[in-house]
Amino acid sequence: MVEDRPFLNFLAHAVLILGVVVVAFPVYLALIASTHTAQAFSSGVIPLLPGAEMANNYMTMLGTGMSSSGAPPLGGMMLNSLIMALIISLGKIVISITSAFAIVYFRFPFRNLAFWAIFVTLMLPVEVRIVPTFKVVADLGMLNSYAGLSVPLIASATATFLFRQVFLTIPDEMLEAARIDGAGPMKFFRDILIPLSRTNIAALFVILFIYGWNQYLWPLLITTDDRFYTVVAGIKRMAEVADAVPQWNFVMAAVMLAMLPPVLVVIFMQRLFVKGLTETEK
Amino acid sequence: MKRTIFGNQLLPWLLLAPQLLITAVFFLWPAGQAIWQSFLREDAFGLKTSFVGLLNYRALFNDGDYVNALGVTLVFSVAVAALSMGLALLFALAVDRMLKTANMYTTLLVWPYAVAPAIAGILWWFIFNPTIGILPYLLDFVGYDWNHSLQSGDAMVLVVIAASWKQVSYNFLFFVAGLQSIPQSLREAAAIDGAGPVKRFFTITFPLLTPTTFFLLVVNVVYTMFDTFGVIDATTQGGPAQSTNILVYKVFKDGFLGLNLGSSAAQSVILMGIVIVLTIIQFRYIERRVQY
Repeated sequence: MVEDRPFLNFLAHAVLILGVVVVAFPVYLALIASTHTAQAFSSGVIPLLPGAEMANNYMTMLGTGMSSSGAPPLGGMMLNSLIMALIISLGKIVISITSAFAIVYFRFPFRNLAFWAIFVTLMLPVEVRIVPTFKVVADLGMLNSYAGLSVPLIASATATFLFRQVFLTIPDEMLEAARIDGAGPMKFFRDILIPLSRTNIAALFVILFIYGWNQYLWPLLITTDDRFYTVVAGIKRMAEVADAVPQWNFVMAAVMLAMLPPVLVVIFMQRLFVKGLTETEK
Repeated sequence: MKRTIFGNQLLPWLLLAPQLLITAVFFLWPAGQAIWQSFLREDAFGLKTSFVGLLNYRALFNDGDYVNALGVTLVFSVAVAALSMGLALLFALAVDRMLKTANMYTTLLVWPYAVAPAIAGILWWFIFNPTIGILPYLLDFVGYDWNHSLQSGDAMVLVVIAASWKQVSYNFLFFVAGLQSIPQSLREAAAIDGAGPVKRFFTITFPLLTPTTFFLLVVNVVYTMFDTFGVIDATTQGGPAQSTNILVYKVFKDGFLGLNLGSSAAQSVILMGIVIVLTIIQFRYIERRVQY
């Protein structure tokens, strides 16, 4: 702030408060809707004040699901989402950090080619190569499995670049000192590189966890067995039925549960989240 | 480039193996397949496949639906980028004035980043639901009959709002960072010379934000072209009458529901071309910024 202008300060607060309200409004409505009975929606317009059915709706969704639309209990779907998000985020971190280590600390034939092969993945989002990728996964027998849900999404150029950048800022003297002390490459990697990139790993994990949890198209295609449904992809199946047989209270309870974990991660790890977002720029 | 390195020859390959293997099996091979498939055409029963050269591509550009999808994607991208970046810049400028409350406002504004596009779609679909939604109810008072399952314009407004709602948080964080990197002394000097807040914004702040704005423009175009699949699928599914059928959604529909593999593959290849161009623009620009 350059100078104190009471009117502009007032205006800035007004804009922000309005912004916060508009941003929160859809979620407020969803939360309210999830506390009513199904009958509350037959009267014409959405209720704006909380009802009394909250515990009941959430317990029903977590425990038994929506029987009329064939949706499985949310508890299992949320567990699947958690497993998928963890495999994707940890998998990306592990294969990227080892790749970056190889590219920065070794000289070997075709090093540039390997670098470019990884770079190219940036240009091939899953939505673009969806049909042939589906076919590969089907041919490998990976439909309806945790491996099928996560492994095809694990390659990551952005994470590899991030670790490469981090390693390049680590002074050469570190490696020289480690070598004088007799450390081999893997010992150097484990005892020096990983501890030095700890905050980068944590920041990246926050971003990748959100990315993994929010996957939609891929799980929708490769899971036909409801034991492997993930919660974000599963909601669509419920909402489709809800349009015909209104069960908005249950659908909105499911929506709240599906967005709660990643939103909590952002709120409670805001500093790491911002760091991760601005570092990967993606 | 490191001066000191390890001498091993086998170890780096072992370290790279998982990444390269996944890249080859799930990225390069399918992409190659898409390119190959885009030159083929299957007969109606899938019995015979023949090489048809560029026929699939030529058919696409003669196909009204595809040309329509190009236009829809353009309108959608521009609208989402303009709306979400405009709001984000407004919020960032306001937060930049705050001293004690900046952190609190930031927390309250950034969380939608964590909401999946499909869920953002469902939230707004609920609000705009023609029978029970709150906004159609209010619009009724001013005499507007909202129905996004029949009106093309309404459907486009719905998906633009849902996609922008989620993207504001991302743009906001980058604008805040951009504003913080502008030296305070420049704005102070202008204030001493008698420039008011509006003049300072247009002559100093906004020009110095150009790199951030340009970067965000590219990122937002990529976001609307690829990541908004969930928004479309959860709300309008491309309808009504193809009015929200963006390119990515059409690839999916033609490939999985229409089973028109040749055409879907050709569309994939065109999309790949678009991503490659956008990525090159992004990287070129980032390199320039590093030197600068």
